[in-house]
Amino acid sequence: MTEMNTLESPIKGIKSGEDYSASVMSIEIGPAHPAMHGIVRFTTHLDGEVIVGMDPEIGYLHRGFEKESENSKWIQVIPYTDRLNYVSPLLNNIGYSMAVEKLYGIEAPRRAEFTRVIMGEISRITDHLTCLGAVAMEIGAFTFFLWFIKAREYLWELVEEMSGARLTTNWTRFGGNANDLPDGFLNDLSDRLAKLKDVMSECDKLLTRNKIFIDRVKGVGSFSKEDALSFGFTGPLLRACGIPYDVRRADPYSVYDELDFEIPVGSVGDCFDRFLVRMEEIRQSIHIIEQAADKMPEGPFMTDERMLHYPDKKDVYGNIEGLIDHFKLVMEGHQPPAGEIYMPIEGGNGELGFYLVSDGGGDPVRVRLRPPCFNLVSAMPAMTIGHYVADIVPIFGSVNMIGGEMDR
Amino acid sequence: MSEGSSKKDMEESTEAGELTNLLQREFPNAVTGFHSHRGDETVVIERDAFESVCSFLRDDSRCSFEIMMDLTAVDRLEMEVTPRFEMVYHFKSLTHARRLRLKVHLAEDDCKIASIHHLWKAVDWYERECYDMFGIQFEGHPDLRRILMYEEFEGHPLRKDYPIDKQQPLLELKEVEERHTYGRDS
Repeated sequence: MTEMNTLESPIKGIKSGEDYSASVMSIEIGPAHPAMHGIVRFTTHLDGEVIVGMDPEIGYLHRGFEKESENSKWIQVIPYTDRLNYVSPLLNNIGYSMAVEKLYGIEAPRRAEFTRVIMGEISRITDHLTCLGAVAMEIGAFTFFLWFIKAREYLWELVEEMSGARLTTNWTRFGGNANDLPDGFLNDLSDRLAKLKDVMSECDKLLTRNKIFIDRVKGVGSFSKEDALSFGFTGPLLRACGIPYDVRRADPYSVYDELDFEIPVGSVGDCFDRFLVRMEEIRQSIHIIEQAADKMPEGPFMTDERMLHYPDKKDVYGNIEGLIDHFKLVMEGHQPPAGEIYMPIEGGNGELGFYLVSDGGGDPVRVRLRPPCFNLVSAMPAMTIGHYVADIVPIFGSVNMIGGEMDR
Repeated sequence: MSEGSSKKDMEESTEAGELTNLLQREFPNAVTGFHSHRGDETVVIERDAFESVCSFLRDDSRCSFEIMMDLTAVDRLEMEVTPRFEMVYHFKSLTHARRLRLKVHLAEDDCKIASIHHLWKAVDWYERECYDMFGIQFEGHPDLRRILMYEEFEGHPLRKDYPIDKQQPLLELKEVEERHTYGRDS
């Protein structure tokens, strides 16, 4: 038996601390439920249709990411990071690689950073499109979902063009990227962005002022600034509460300080604010991608520092340094200097932070991921208590829980 | 990396940051070490002063760390350093736009630390996760149970002495009645 989380209820006639045992009914939502986005279980305690207690249970998708990483070489962790937030895998790749680069104390070449910005923002858009589409579908706007999934497909084709895979991208390396921009990529990009803008304006007309939709999301799941900070919210949900915290602006990494973009904020932090914030962030991301594509510098896409990148095959077979570097990188792995760093980037759901500890050897001592939606799901009781059971669907949808990232 | 660069890292870490100085002034006996490797300001403190340092960090206007960003532990068994465990806390202040890493060392036979769940609400689940993964006891936590693993799981998987390929037996199905009896007479 787990303890009930109880809070003061805004619905008339229900006070916290009352004995509900005669009237309260418990309902398990999940783990296998279509609205539970992956697998998570909510034990809800209902008085009539009103939620009076809730206990989220997570961990169904725990695969031991941190344990596996600590038993791998540094470079072997990159494919594991694809599987964290599987809706925006490139952001995880970028976050991990930038963390290791910080451990080394190096920076990737500028062309690599601009490419990373483009690919990272594409991933942020796919993340937001998935979240918004799913919320809309679950509360009845099925067309919106299909249009957003169509738009997401345009972008995933770009991701495929760049990395060879739609989801399991494994694209970044320490000190650069696996490959340069493919031929004609920037043309394809502007073509797809134009299509995406069309979809965005159509969907905006379809849903943003739709009374049925607004009735379901407005005033649902409101959250105060103080609670949001205390629960460690970051990303769109914190901004929907009215706090303009964005890692891209607060701790600028990569080349974000050279790019111009706005940080949208909401006011009351309800599901409608979250919807509007995410919609605006998609537009801002498009704006960022266009600037980065315009400013794309010439130059290498990978650092030429020794013992960071695998030497070219002509060096491996042609001279002794190349052969030895290749041998040592394969057998011993990358060896970042001893130390510890925390590297945050702005992920799709908020601050995606990697805490890495190295002892100077080829195996990581500690690879820790700070998953943004862990905090968001921990606040589910506080967000839902006092609301109707049907409100769980838009609230949980707008939290955008990604099991792979939360459970690791 | 060569000898030269690690030497440079050591030099880099000898300068005390602004927050380190503040904490040293406010808690003269508590700060046992500090560094700012790659610009991450880090302070190591004594376990006894941990709770008061945390409330100071949250409430004092010179700190105002509104967000408890991350909480984890490091098992240093293979690094052959004692004490074995290191608690790592990351804080973020929006007011002053800075971050701080706070560390506390815990011995293997006494891995207990005060819970700070009353200061930030995010800590509740973080401490549960840390207990689950490392077996750290958070004294004063109201509901310290496993979060990612299941209740019957034995051991703490992120400890370095937990074998990565260890298998544990499958569980029997649970009786449904055990889980909830609300609204029933039984």
